[in-house]
Amino acid sequence: MTTATERRPGELTARELTRWSWRQLTSMRTALVLLLLLALAAVPGSVIPQEGVDSLAVTRWKDEHPKLTPVYERLDLFSVYDSPWFSAIYLLLVISLVGCIVPRLFVYFRAFRAEPPAAPRHLTRMPVHATFRTEQSPAEALAHARQVLGRRHRLRRTTGGDDSVAAERGHLREAGNLLFHLSVLIVLAGFAVGGLWGYQGGVILVQGSTFSNNLTQYDDFKPGGLFTTRQLDDFRFSVDDFRVEWLREGPRAGQARGFEADLSYRRGTRNPDDYTLRVNHPLEIDGTEVFLIGHGYAPVVTVRDGEGDVAYTGPTPFLPQDASFLSFGVVKAAAAKPGQIGLEGLFYPTFEMIDGDPVTVFGDDLQPTLSMLAYTGDLGLDSGASQSVYVLDKSEATLVTGEDDKPFRVDLQPGDTVDLPDGLGSVTFERVEPWIRVQISQTPGKEVALGGVVLALIGLCASLFVRPRRVWVRALASDGTDGDVPTGDGEDTMNGSGGTLVEVAVLDRSGNGETDQVLADLLEQLQEAPK
Amino acid sequence: MTNAAWETLSNQAIATAGLVYFLALLVHLAEWAAVRQPREGRELQVAAAAGGSRDGRSATSSTSEASSGRVAFLGRLGFLLTALAGAVHLVALVGRGMAADPNRVPWGNMYEFTISGTFVVTLLYVALYKRFGLGWMGPLVVGFVVTTLMVAVIWLHDEVAPLTEALNSPWLIIHVVSAIIATGTFTLGGIASVMYLVRARAERRATESGAELTGWLARVPNLPALDRLAYRVHAFAFPVWTFAVLITGPIWAHEAWSRYWNWDPKEVWAFITWVVYAGYLHARATAGWKGRNAAVLALIGLATLWFNFIGINYFSSTSQHSYAVERVVEVRSVES
Ligand code: HEM
Repeated sequence: MTTATERRPGELTARELTRWSWRQLTSMRTALVLLLLLALAAVPGSVIPQEGVDSLAVTRWKDEHPKLTPVYERLDLFSVYDSPWFSAIYLLLVISLVGCIVPRLFVYFRAFRAEPPAAPRHLTRMPVHATFRTEQSPAEALAHARQVLGRRHRLRRTTGGDDSVAAERGHLREAGNLLFHLSVLIVLAGFAVGGLWGYQGGVILVQGSTFSNNLTQYDDFKPGGLFTTRQLDDFRFSVDDFRVEWLREGPRAGQARGFEADLSYRRGTRNPDDYTLRVNHPLEIDGTEVFLIGHGYAPVVTVRDGEGDVAYTGPTPFLPQDASFLSFGVVKAAAAKPGQIGLEGLFYPTFEMIDGDPVTVFGDDLQPTLSMLAYTGDLGLDSGASQSVYVLDKSEATLVTGEDDKPFRVDLQPGDTVDLPDGLGSVTFERVEPWIRVQISQTPGKEVALGGVVLALIGLCASLFVRPRRVWVRALASDGTDGDVPTGDGEDTMNGSGGTLVEVAVLDRSGNGETDQVLADLLEQLQEAPK
Repeated sequence: MTNAAWETLSNQAIATAGLVYFLALLVHLAEWAAVRQPREGRELQVAAAAGGSRDGRSATSSTSEASSGRVAFLGRLGFLLTALAGAVHLVALVGRGMAADPNRVPWGNMYEFTISGTFVVTLLYVALYKRFGLGWMGPLVVGFVVTTLMVAVIWLHDEVAPLTEALNSPWLIIHVVSAIIATGTFTLGGIASVMYLVRARAERRATESGAELTGWLARVPNLPALDRLAYRVHAFAFPVWTFAVLITGPIWAHEAWSRYWNWDPKEVWAFITWVVYAGYLHARATAGWKGRNAAVLALIGLATLWFNFIGINYFSSTSQHSYAVERVVEVRSVES
């Protein structure tokens, strides 16, 4: 006990400090500043390429700015929205929000059950007020006022002998405001769940091929922080057919549209099903969704080696370089003898020579043409290091040249075969198959987030459009001695005096209402003869 | 009518609308000039000084009958011309949609978005003219619309074209129409906030020099009324914007690209706009931030909004939302 008293002064200060900080943190001003900070903090991520959005662009940017890169990396500028400083801002905002909302919930709860406050003593001192005279008795006038106000207000219970009516409306504004702020938390929760347990994976599938849902089959895979492979649902699907409709005329001639891929899919051991996959129409298999997000061409190339054996054959996806579908790709025949054979070059869907330049004039494969260079030697495939299938490692390989010592071009159209010089082998271009790129993802919590935003919107509308206000009406028997007695022929009222003086005051609690108009409407209703 | 005929009609209608807007602007400027006429020939009207009207318009003081009659006539004429231009403007929008094959909503590219957004500004102005007594806003609204239309016709004009596949979704209609409505409304609110700042400054100057506000500024509603007007317009726009960028946008993004929120630059800026306007709404309820600071915040919000729409397309190449260019298949390097 004694020690407690000794510590007391220090303890108090600490507590005071905590209280003071808490009050600061949960103040409206802090919320405002944090909101503006959040807006500001979001800016860099829209200017600097982001790892999570476009990792290719990040790599390119880093190559171009070797000096800035380490600085930017230290500041997490390539992943702004996961960075500690961005998180700090919104976490502070969340704390501030909770600290702000919880006490208001209690206040609201109490206010909700409380009666409208009694009329202030001097209604005529309120900023918005009016008075009028009526021939009704005070009791009649009040009864009439109760009737008029009772339609859209909550009334204070009367105790006998009241000379006034107190009315209030618009509690829903505060409720809406609280709902809105609470819903922000729901949205954040849904968003966080998606970030932690969701995943996105991408894969290129040539027409005719089959995908079964396990990690090894993905080309790229971005799991959330708490993802486990157990989440991968058991399903398979095959791409039976892919169709594109090409616009042949008009200002967007050459643009592709109406992409459709016929899939047959099967979950677990259940019966197979069919689905036509289109842009904007994902296939949903249990909790997993499959999206069509791109397409391209895969020339079927066969490479025979110097001994006449098939060293490589199959559809080889080429990657579109731009909207014309001029595509780049690589063929690696690792088994070729005497030397490995690598091919690298371009695919032209509709080839044409224009002014001596090879171009593709259309995205559809009307005149498919391959134009590649050949390499031989060590393609680095045996070193064990992983290698992209879209990149040819030429560091240990030599360019194959023709008799004139110029690079030997492998230019092919479907059905063509070219013999490589020096008995290296031959290359055949069999045909073209389309490929599609699908994104396969799980987004848990998306319904929560959506529900949260919808609730937030409802709360927001209530908060912005409900006008909370209080109205008081007081009726006083007038003795008729006022200077400005209006009526002359109303002398036969019950109390025989100059009628009743009615005072009305309106208080808008949001500060945005058109109180003058409200008062005018109210006066009109109050002065109407009761039916 | 053929598609080409519709397109021609649309282009002509835009030109005509621009012309009529321009006439309306001239009329409003003449109105403005009439208000600003020198004091000679004016009588002091005591009655006018007694109490502002309910929309908070400050008392129009000391204008002679003839002059005030002319001002009123010019004001009405300007409004009628604006409404007429708005009708022609609508024809242009319809023509644009009919010119496309298949027919669609006219919101496929920046040109179309701009002419739709400016139409919403006009529409709202005309619709709210009576209710909020927006007569004073005439020159500003018309000036803004004419300028923006000019920019659209000169720099943004694009032929009618079918939508890219990803845009081809019912969500496009809902998402874009709400974004356009919000944009038009925020713009109107921004005009009120600009006037708040202009008038606040003029009032400060006037008090310093002991003079009264005169001319056109005296017709602009007083500061509390301007603040309230700005708030009401923003309060309407904010939920619409919320609906556009935080509900329909993510739903559509999820269907098209598999991620409902990807921190794409367009999304980031839509979010920034949203947060700034949330800041504005807070500011109006915070002592020390009311009025002037709130108005400044509203204008920052408006700047982010228009920057997002026009600027980001030129600024950032990574946005998937670029209207004109179809997204080229993105393939990350693949390990073998
Ligand atoms: C995630 C952060 C927040 C967001 C997005 C946000 C958003 C909003 C919005 C849009 C409004 C306008 C709706 C209305 O007027 O009711 C509003 C109002 C309000 N907010 Fe927040 N808010 C946030 C955090 C906070 C915090 C931390 C506080 C506590 C200090 C707070 C207190 C209020 C209050 C008191 C109002 C009512 C203002 C009025 O009466 O007009 N908000 N908020």
